[in-house]
This record gives sequence, structure tokens and C-alpha cells, in this order.
Amino acid sequence: MTDRSAAETTGPDQFIGATPDNALRNAERADAGPVLAADGTPLKKSLNRALRLSKLRALMLIAPLLIFVVVTFIAPIADMLFRSVENNIVADTLPRTIAALDDWDETTGNPPDNATFEALYKDMYRAVEAKAHTRLGSRLNYELTGMSSLFRKSGRKVEDMGEVFQDQFEDLDGFWKDGENWNALMGTDSWLAAMEGWDTSDKKGQPPFEMRDGLAAMLPQTATAFQDYAQFIQRVDEKNLARQDPWALVYSALYNDLTSGADVSGYTGPAVAELQAAAAAVDGFETVDYRAAFVDIDEDWADPEVWKTVRLYGPNLTNGYFLNAVDMQKTPQGVEMRPENQQIYITLFWRTLVMSLAITGMCILLGYPVAWLLANLPARSANLLMILVLLPFWTSLLVRTSAWKVMLQQQGVVNDTLVWYHSTAVGKILDPVVTLLMNVVIGALNAVVWIWNLLSGIWGAVDVELFTYAALGFERLALINNVTGTIIAMTHILLPFMILPLYSVMATIPPVYLRAAKSMGATNWTAFWRVYFPQSVPGIGAGSILVFILAIGYYITPEIVGGTKGVFISNRIAYHISSSLNWGLAAALGSILLAAVLLLYWAYDRIVGIDNVKLGG
Amino acid sequence: MKLTKTLLASTALTVAGASAFADGHMANEMTIVSWGGAYSKSQQLAYHDPYMEKTGVSIINDESSAEAVSKLRAMNEAGNVTWDVVDVVAADALRLCDEGLAMEIDADEVLANGDDGSTATEDFGELLVGDCFIPQIVYSTTFGYRTDMVGDTPPTDVCAVFDTETYPGKRALEKRSINNMEWALICDGVAKDEVYDVLETEEGQQQALDKLATIKDDVIWWSAGADTPQLLADGEIVMGSTYNGRLFSVIEEQNQPVAMLWDAQIFDLDGWIIPTGLSPERQARALDYVRFATDTQRLADQAKYISYGPARKSSAPLVGQHAELGIEMAPHMPTDPENAKNTFLYNYEFWADYRDDIEAKFQAWLAQ
Repeated sequence: MTDRSAAETTGPDQFIGATPDNALRNAERADAGPVLAADGTPLKKSLNRALRLSKLRALMLIAPLLIFVVVTFIAPIADMLFRSVENNIVADTLPRTIAALDDWDETTGNPPDNATFEALYKDMYRAVEAKAHTRLGSRLNYELTGMSSLFRKSGRKVEDMGEVFQDQFEDLDGFWKDGENWNALMGTDSWLAAMEGWDTSDKKGQPPFEMRDGLAAMLPQTATAFQDYAQFIQRVDEKNLARQDPWALVYSALYNDLTSGADVSGYTGPAVAELQAAAAAVDGFETVDYRAAFVDIDEDWADPEVWKTVRLYGPNLTNGYFLNAVDMQKTPQGVEMRPENQQIYITLFWRTLVMSLAITGMCILLGYPVAWLLANLPARSANLLMILVLLPFWTSLLVRTSAWKVMLQQQGVVNDTLVWYHSTAVGKILDPVVTLLMNVVIGALNAVVWIWNLLSGIWGAVDVELFTYAALGFERLALINNVTGTIIAMTHILLPFMILPLYSVMATIPPVYLRAAKSMGATNWTAFWRVYFPQSVPGIGAGSILVFILAIGYYITPEIVGGTKGVFISNRIAYHISSSLNWGLAAALGSILLAAVLLLYWAYDRIVGIDNVKLGG
Repeated sequence: MKLTKTLLASTALTVAGASAFADGHMANEMTIVSWGGAYSKSQQLAYHDPYMEKTGVSIINDESSAEAVSKLRAMNEAGNVTWDVVDVVAADALRLCDEGLAMEIDADEVLANGDDGSTATEDFGELLVGDCFIPQIVYSTTFGYRTDMVGDTPPTDVCAVFDTETYPGKRALEKRSINNMEWALICDGVAKDEVYDVLETEEGQQQALDKLATIKDDVIWWSAGADTPQLLADGEIVMGSTYNGRLFSVIEEQNQPVAMLWDAQIFDLDGWIIPTGLSPERQARALDYVRFATDTQRLADQAKYISYGPARKSSAPLVGQHAELGIEMAPHMPTDPENAKNTFLYNYEFWADYRDDIEAKFQAWLAQ
């Protein structure tokens, strides 16, 4: 290759000399078979390997950051957003009930059959043991009021429901009272031996329960119930299974097995006598009407609406949270609006949007002149001004918001100053003058209306409301705990995010343009509006995006100064996360907010163009 | 190569730091969660300092009690509970217990006997609500008013809150349904012992909201316990509800022209829970701490710093003077007979059952 001069490199070879790329291309041009590297492998392969290594090294350098971002930012957000459609809780807690409801014809207007109520008993018993029923009640309460109290009440009593069977088995033979006997009946011999040998001080070392062969075939329901019981005691409760007595659920399962024709005649394992005696006796047992028992706890169980709601929210994914987030509701009759006194989210979304726009507008109005001063003052004064702009950045957000509370409240600085002004000589002289002037203006406007009416053929007096300070509520203005408070405080807090991008753009606009415009006869206004302003638009764009997106997700400032009317959707999200614990709805509201911001960003890009946004230079 | 070494060293440090953090606890540390402010200070002086001195364990304070339920739920889902002992109100304790997020407690086994020889069950009596809650204090939510803004007829009745003609001005109420609904019904003519029967029905809930609607424009809704004291001190409101200990500090410590309206105060309890899912060593330490912090003397000591009543009967005779002000604390306790002429006990079972329903309605009403 040494015979090729560097000048021969053409085309993409912008760098002359022995770069890996040039070497590859030269090798190809040489067209004399693969060029070999020193170790005999083709040069191309060897170079590729070297390149891959350097790429890998680059990836490894950014890997910590990448992993950090994925683990701490993207994954939690994705997980949170997924909660907006996730609805495993119903099917996980009431699997048998959901399955039994498949056969229920809801159009009859009757509650489901007894088998469904029995399935409900089995599910509820397990749920109460696992303490899952209250969460399920809260979940279903989002869709139908009264579900939470229904599940709580039932949970307190469901454990007693099957005790009839337990008592009867125990009365029949004391054998059934003792958990040890049950273990001997249900467990394998090797497991029983392992339990004997277990050192109970090692809490985690309890040998897991193993079911005796053949029992699951002979007594299917009992086997399942006992398996669940054993697993729960050993794994969740972490108690010694040898010292516990089975759940009432196990007894009712045994009753079911024996009455539904379980054949115990061929059984030869332990406790054969007791089991056969029980099989002979169960036909005379008193039984339980589960439906009556549940309706006895709360008559809502007889209400088909309750069952329709359970069935409707059975699937593992739901759009219920999203519907709720737009004031709608999935009912058995289809999707409909919620009752008027529960509709709040659309109002809140709209309010958040309008207020964020108002705050952005206020920031432009107030920030533009300040940025202009910053860009055009001599360096000394500009620096001082810059410090004043940055000062709020160095003060805690809570301190700034609380300061506004002191300023704006009814007994605050602003109101005190106004009251003081009205009591001074100046105020006393000026107040009547202002009142008179205002009333002259109002009178004149009304006269115009009166004449206009007359010309349009309407004859009649116009209602005139005269100006007074009292009518303005002037004694003490309500500046806080409402929309005004939020807009004032947030405009102040977000102002630097408008001023800084504006300033960095304005600093690059040469002042000679304005002078040139004026020298060619433009007025001050024309020179500003036609020459200066268009060049500062990218700064406005960048500032507006920053301020608007920050504002739309703001939480703490509206919470403190917004009262009930000046709060944002984010306050609602926070309420559902930390207080009502409706995480699904919070996730749905958050997803909608995120989608709205992305949509607005996209619209902004189409209308203004994201390339026209400059943060500097 | 120096750079490589520095990089390696700092990576090693980060990993070591992260794993130490993931472990959560140094061998001798425990994290105790409480409400912050004057309340945490009283616990620090009455419980934490003596305990640290006695055992050498160092206690880390976390002031997250207001979000305890949601945070514990999240920690439980993540399988990494970093709190050892949590201070919560009884209603939250019941909620955590219901969901299996708090450990069940056998009071007589876990808690010390009273100094007078009574067992823990006898000593705490009916305050042992639920299976997981370890009571610490009795507090009350009650009203305070500006003495200089009520003219010559200071209010003696809780219904003054709804009487905007006699007592014009803003009022502060908590931004939630609990307590407000009860007061609204009482002042709408419902007998005290029928309040919860009425509140159980849709009409009753609407009746309470309608009563609240008569003063909706005059209310500033608070969410932090410090709000009402600040609003009272600034003269923003004529009266407002808050915890009695907060009012005590406005009246006695800051000498503001504020007085207590004890009428229809609602008693509530605050205490400890121990989260489930702790390692056996951490659980043992948490139990040891709780046993120490809820003995007769410790509970009485806390009343030196804040005007909340100790939950043990045996502590009551030991309540003495305020540690700094030197005034007798007994007359400032919500349980003092003079203050407790007309009281209301938070109905835990009712609110556990109906909280979801009523709170959703109340919040929607508030936002409209």
C-alpha cells in the first residue's frame, strides 16, 4: 500500500492518511484478495473487531447514565402509567366468584344462584385471611358507592359463616378438633417425619406441606382448601403448622366432598374410621344457605347492581380509570357520564390549561421588558439586574410561596398598604376624585348604550351600577386562596424561566439593526415591531414552552395559595396518590396530562417549529 | 492510567455506598417516622433521647406520617420496608392493619405493665383499637377563636362556626370530610348519638354537605396542622379547627389573643405501628423501643412538652408542669373534666366503612 500516494484518496476519504476507513477502502480498491493483518486474519475483519471494541467502550462509558435513567426514571414512570389500566385485583381476589358469574343471566333482575354465593364464601374466606378484601372493596367503591363498606362488613362476619360445619364435625368426633390429626390425615409420611425433625427455632426452615397421594382425587375440595390453608400458615403467617387448627373453610369443603359422593369406602390411609364415620353422618348435617347468610350480613348482596359491577370489573385490564378521569363511568348499561355532583376532572383539566396559559402570558408581559433591559443596559447595571433575576432561584420554593401568603392575605402587606392609603390625606382627597371620574366614565358608556338602544328601537332606562370602592370589595381584597393567588405566585416563581431564554436570545441581536431601521425613517415602534421583535420570537418560544410545561404540572404552590378554586389537576393526582390511595385514577390522570403536554408540544412544533426555539446563541 | 484508577475507585465507592444503602440500616440504627414540628420534638425529648442513651441505638427521624399509608404500601410492594416504627393516627393504623401492612400486637405481651401494677390491656383500656395499634396520646380536634374579633359575646357553642351573622369573618376547616360532617349535622339539629346513623344514609350525607354549603364561601380549607394557628395569629380568620396542642402553643407559648372553644371537641388517638416485613432483628428492636416509649413514665414525660393527654390511665397522675413555661399541664389536656363537658369520640368503625364513599363526595363538593 505504500505505493499509493495519499493524494489518491478520493470521495468520502476526507481525511488523508492512515485512518482505519481509508485503509479499508484502499484495501477494497486494491482488489487483490483480502488484505491480511499481521496475525493473518483478513484486515476488514480485524478492523471491524477493533471498531466494535471502541463502540463497546463508548457504550460502557455512557452505560452508568443509561442504566440510571432507565432504572430510576423510565421504569417507574412506565410502571406507574401501567397502573391506569391494570385491574388484577378483582380476578386475583375473587377467582371462583368471577368464574361462577359466567353462567349468571343478569337480565333476569335476580341475584346469582347459590353456587355463586358459595364461591363468594370460598373467595372471601381466603381474602379475609390474606387481608385482601378491604383493598378490593375500596377498588370496587370507585365504581359503585357502598362497595367498600359492603366488603368490610362481610369480611368481619364471613369467618363465622361456615362454622356450622366445623361445629358439627367436631361434635361428631373430637378427632376433627385437632390440627395434628388433620396434618396426619392430609400430609405425606415423609413430610410428617420432616416436621418431627424440624428445629422450631429456625423459623424459616419449616418443611413445606406435602399432600398425601390419592387425597386430591378422593376429596378434591378438601385437598385444595387444606393446601391453601397450609401454605398460608407456613409462608405468610410463618407459624408452626403443627400448632394450628384448620380454617372453617376446610370443614365446609370436607362436607361438600362427602355429600357430593366422595367414595371413602376404598380408603385405607390414616383416620379411616373417622372419615368413614363422618361420611355416614354428613347426610344428617345441618347445612348453610350461603345466599341467605350473605344477604343477612348486608342486603346489598341481593342487589343485582353489585353483582353486575363485580362481573364488569372482573377482567385483568380496565378502561374504568381513564373513564373516571374524564368524568365518565362504565356501567352495566354502557359508558355514561357520572352524576353531575361528581364531575370534576374535565373542569380541572380545563382550569389547569387556562391558568397555565394565563401564567405563561403574564410571564411574557413581565419578562420581556426585563430581558430587554438585561440585554441592553451597560454591563455593570445588567449584572446587578441579573443577580436580582437569579435571586429567586437560590431561595427555597416553599419560602417564596409562603412569602406570597404573607403579602397577599387579607391582613397581609398588600391589603394593609391599600387600607393605609385610603386613610392617608392623599387617599382621602383622591378617593372621591377617582370615584367621580369612574362614574363619569360609566355614565358616558351608559349614555352610549342608551342612545344605541334608542336607535335600535328599544326605549327604556339602562341599569346603571355606580362605582364605589366598597363594590370592588376594596376594604380588603381577596388575593389569596383563589385563582388570583395562584396566578400571582406562580408568575413570580416561573418568571426566571421566561427571562433567561429571552435574555440569551436578545443578547445576540445586534443593536445596529434598530439604529439602521431608525436611520431609514422607521418610528421607534415600527423599528421595534418590525425589526427587533421578530428576532426575539425564538426566545419567547423557548421561554413559553418552559414556563407552560412547568406550570401545567405544578403542585406545591397552588396547594398553598390556591384554596379550592385555584388548584390544578396535579393537586388532585397528589390527593389520589397519598390520601385516597386510588393509584389507578392518579395514573390515568397523569397519563392524560402527559399526553396533553406531548400533544401541545407537537402542535407547537407544527405551528412555530421547534427549530425556531433557542435557549441561547 | 491515573484517570482509569480514579474511575475505578469512584465506581467501587459508589457500589459500596449503594449496597450499604440497599441494606438500609447500619447495625445500630432505626428509623422512626413521625409528624415533625413540636410533636416530633416532644417525642425526641421524652422518648428518643433517653432510649438512645440507654441502648446506644441511634434513631433517625423521618417526618412522613402524613403520607404513611401510601408510602408503606409502596414500600411493601417494592419489598423493601425502610421504616422501623411509624407514628400514625388510629384511623390510619386500622387501615394499615386491615391491609396487612402493620404487625399485629398482643398488648399484654408487647407492652409494659403500668406503674400501678395494672396490665397493659387494663391501663390503655378501650384506647387499644384494632389489632395493630399501640396508643400513645389522646388529642382532640377542636376550635380556637380570636378573642378580639368576637365582640362581647365569645362563642361557647360549636355552632358558632356556622353562625356567620353573629361572628362574621373567615373560618378555617380541615380539607377532608371527617369531623366536619359530624359538626355540620350536630349544628343542623341532629342529636349527638344519632349522628352516625344519619351519616350512614345518602340523605344524611347530603344534609351535612348542605349545612357546610351555608358557610362554604367563608371557609379557608387547611391541610397542614400549622395552617390554622398561622391564620389565627395573623387575624385572617375569626375561628378555626385544629389539633388542641397547636392551639396551646399559639395561646401559651406565643401569647396570641386566641382562646379555646372546647365544645364538641372530637377525641382521636395517635400512636405507633410496626410495619410488617421487617427482619427478625429489626422487629425485635422496634418492639423493644415501643415497649420503652409507651411505659407509664415516658408517656407522662411527653406531656411536659406538648398538651396531649397520655394514653395510659396510670400516666395521668404523673403529668406535671410544662418543661419551659412552668405552667400546670393538666388543665390544658383535652381530657380535663372542665374541657371535656361535651365531647365526641371519633367512630373508627364507621369511618373505616364509609370513608371511601363520604370522602369522594366531599372532595367533589369542594372542587365545584
